[in-house]
Amino acid sequence: MIYLRLFYEFFKVGLFSVGGGLATIPFLSDIGSRTGWFTPGDLANMIAISESTPGPLGVNMATYVGFHVGGVPGGVIATLGLVCPAIAIIALIAGFLKKFRESRAVDAVFYGLRPASTALIAAALIQVCSIALMFHPATGPEQGASAQGFYWPAILLAAAVFLCLQLKPLKKLHPIVFIALSAAAGIVFQM
Amino acid sequence: MNLYLDLFLTFARVGVCTFGGGYAMLPILQREIVEKKKWATEAELTDYFAIGQCTPGVIAVNTATFVGQKQKSIPGGIVATLGLVFPSIVIILVIAAFLQSFADLPVVIHAFAGVRACVCALILSSVLKLRKSSLVDGPTAVIFAVVLVLAVIGNFIAFDGNTPLGALLNFLLSPVVLVVAAGVAGLCIRGAKGALNA
Repeated sequence: MIYLRLFYEFFKVGLFSVGGGLATIPFLSDIGSRTGWFTPGDLANMIAISESTPGPLGVNMATYVGFHVGGVPGGVIATLGLVCPAIAIIALIAGFLKKFRESRAVDAVFYGLRPASTALIAAALIQVCSIALMFHPATGPEQGASAQGFYWPAILLAAAVFLCLQLKPLKKLHPIVFIALSAAAGIVFQM
Repeated sequence: MNLYLDLFLTFARVGVCTFGGGYAMLPILQREIVEKKKWATEAELTDYFAIGQCTPGVIAVNTATFVGQKQKSIPGGIVATLGLVFPSIVIILVIAAFLQSFADLPVVIHAFAGVRACVCALILSSVLKLRKSSLVDGPTAVIFAVVLVLAVIGNFIAFDGNTPLGALLNFLLSPVVLVVAAGVAGLCIRGAKGALNA
């Protein structure tokens, strides 16, 4: 039953991803590799679309992946799965908010969780890079060919965007600006 | 207006106005929730955000649940959350259905090749920012390094899930197990320093 599976998988994402939208990416990448529902290349596309449309990143990703797997009902069910743990947990701790915030044990758990969450995102980044920067898209693994090597146009584009993101006046710009310009570059240079 | 309907519509508006989630949402919440509706004070909103960051789940969803629950208990929390995710569901479903029909066009394929490269740069930039708040001392740096190595192994080596050892390795290297283990490690490190006893 694909809908039940979708709900369960996204319930887990909602329960274990800590620190906002980006933290969902390693879990989604894990789902992709275990179920074969989508490739890392698909995932990178979905991240870009989720960043360029209104709504929280994590919610957009859940809707997109759910739709990809199970159509419109899939999108709705995956999103509900994602938000269920949050509703349950907040309902639980709302009564003793102050105590929760000041708890040394909670603080200690998150002291360990935060670097782990960052490491998981970094690992997902490596995986996305290995797809986006290593193969020519037309001969990439999605198409079944096994051409290997660096794909220099994509590496140059990624480096250019990264440099722009480090520049003071440019880094305040919304990511959608960089995503749109990169799409244009992809079309112009026939990447 | 019915308070439930008001909660739904207000958070739907917040959902439409938020790009990317997280901190991008704070100014919109301040305007809609604190100034217009007076459902929470500035200080409460900051608290919700801080707790949203250190509870599992999407920060925006956690905040919506908090505000809704304060107004109308658990049903209020659910209605506010549904309001927040409603625009996302509609917009993404329309875009995804649209893209599915045009995914094979060369111009779409080229555009996404560029976009995927851009995503690499965006995530790298975010990871560097997260590093500042999460890698605060020696032990956290060790946790980061260990989880990174294990997660990369888990991503690139597919163990045979049909053998007991392969299934065990797949399980141990899954993000869920790594996150739980890191939380336990945090407790142990702080506990060993005696920082848990007030």
